Amino acid sequence: MMVQLKSKPENLRAVAPSADTGTSPVAPRDEADRRYVEVSGVGHSYSRNGPTVLRSIDLKISAGEIVALIGRSGSGKSTLLHIISGLMKPSDGAVRIDGQRVEKPSPRWVMMFQAPSLYPWMTVAQNAGLGLKYAKKTEGVDARVKEVLSLVDLAEFADRNVQDLSGGQQQRAAFARSIAPEPELLLLDEPFSALDIFTRRALQNDVREIAKRLGLTVVLVTHDVNEAVQMADRAVLLSSGPGRIAGDTEINVSEADRVSQSKKFQMETTRLRTLYTEIAGLG
Amino acid sequence: MSDTPVINAPVRWPSLGRYRGVVSGIIGILGLLFIWWLGGRWVANSPGMFAFSMFAPEPALSRLWDMLLSGEVWEMSIPSLYRVGLGLVFAIGIGVPVGIAIGRMVVLREVTNIPFQFLRMISPLSWMPIAVMAFATWDAAIIFLIAVAAVWPIMFATAAGLRRLDPAWLKVARNLGASPLHQLTTVILPAIATDILTGIRLALGVAWIVLVPAEYLGVTSGLGYAINDARDTLDYSRLAATVVVIGIIGFLLDYICLKAVQRLNWVRES
Ligand SMILES: Nc1ncnc2c1ncn2[C@@H]1O[C@H](COP(=O)(O)OP(=O)(O)O)[C@@H](O)[C@H]1O
Ligand SMILES: [Mg+2]
Repeated sequence: MMVQLKSKPENLRAVAPSADTGTSPVAPRDEADRRYVEVSGVGHSYSRNGPTVLRSIDLKISAGEIVALIGRSGSGKSTLLHIISGLMKPSDGAVRIDGQRVEKPSPRWVMMFQAPSLYPWMTVAQNAGLGLKYAKKTEGVDARVKEVLSLVDLAEFADRNVQDLSGGQQQRAAFARSIAPEPELLLLDEPFSALDIFTRRALQNDVREIAKRLGLTVVLVTHDVNEAVQMADRAVLLSSGPGRIAGDTEINVSEADRVSQSKKFQMETTRLRTLYTEIAGLG
Repeated sequence: MSDTPVINAPVRWPSLGRYRGVVSGIIGILGLLFIWWLGGRWVANSPGMFAFSMFAPEPALSRLWDMLLSGEVWEMSIPSLYRVGLGLVFAIGIGVPVGIAIGRMVVLREVTNIPFQFLRMISPLSWMPIAVMAFATWDAAIIFLIAVAAVWPIMFATAAGLRRLDPAWLKVARNLGASPLHQLTTVILPAIATDILTGIRLALGVAWIVLVPAEYLGVTSGLGYAINDARDTLDYSRLAATVVVIGIIGFLLDYICLKAVQRLNWVRES
């Protein structure tokens, strides 16, 4: 499987307002900057008298930051992501993105799921261009689709049926579909957990690199500490029953250390795993 | 697959490659003609039955040839095709939206299940007296009967297709900003296109069957009328030729539907 990105399109819009995007891979850490995504007082239960799934979640994320949301299965990670994306309304609280209250899904914030869920009656290119079609874009659609497909190394598969792709390639196509409408925020719900270890590793590196290059803000849901250290600038830990934020820590690993999974990388993983175990123990 | 000799191997066709279907088809048609011919011989040799000997293949097919050349075949077929076509249009126009609605809404499906199954089991022809009273023209009554017969397979096939629709497909579309209309045109309809067409194919079969008795009434055109007319004038070779025309057109229509189903089918056979 190809890991290297071949093309580096110049005209992709970088949305992060901060000056250092593109030069430094690390987003600004200043608390004052963290108001690009604002989750305030979000609580949720699926039915009136049902169990509380999430309780008073406050979370601020700065533009261009990649945040891993770690928690055990059932801790409400997917629920929180659905709420941020506007696919679900929270019982309490509100979500603001760039100051705008989230009421419904938008091509500005796009979610990607564990299953690629590509449309088998379409080609790879048609799948990738769907968001543009929904946004009623007519100009430059083909060029944009080409661009995102080469970004995920699928350029030569553009006219193939998606059923011809391997699992990893399908997830790449789904990623291309997610970024084609030039979203500012990507919400990834365990997008690699169904893939084998090598494919997953390659995608983790590629997705981080592409997100950094495009200046995307990313919330990555995972239960895999390794994946969090591989991809994120910051980890937010969720305790379960009801889901609450129980930890919030920066991940300090250089890009080179992430790719090679060096000693430094291992130490950071161990630190995060210890923290996670403590919190999970509390949960 | 293996080199071991096969004992009691089943009878095999010689491998004919891509002509195999054609060859099988021709053998089947010849077999049918032979049985028809045998029946004709038997009728001709039976005392009291020989009046019907014009049903045999030779007189029927030569009459069919004459009718083809004189344009009579088209004259009798076009009104029938028009009625079936219009009846199907109404059946699709009602069956697909209602099918989508009952496929999407559990409550609606539960409430309508018994009434629809009840109505479905009533032979469309039993609506005939009501149709004749309700509609001003015979044509309209026949089109109504065909629509009543054809709507059920289309509706149920559409609903069944929707129940198999992956909910994640709709979530992905919504998440990318698809409007409800977009969801319908880019996800729901393409996903269930083969189900709808399979329903239409079944509906066409039913409609084609209902057509002939429905055309026994009132109208003075169409294949059913031609059958009735030939019977009344004791023109049995013409009657048999018309039967052949009905069979051939029905077969062709079904074949077109089958090809359309295969074309739109996105499921991989593997
Ligand atoms: N649609 C739903 N209806 C009712 N309960 C749900 C629904 N989705 C999730 N839950 C419950 O909410 C809790 C959190 O689920 P989820 O957000 O999927 O957790 P995670 O993604 O962290 O595994 C679980 O207890 C789950 O059973
Ligand atoms: Mg989940």
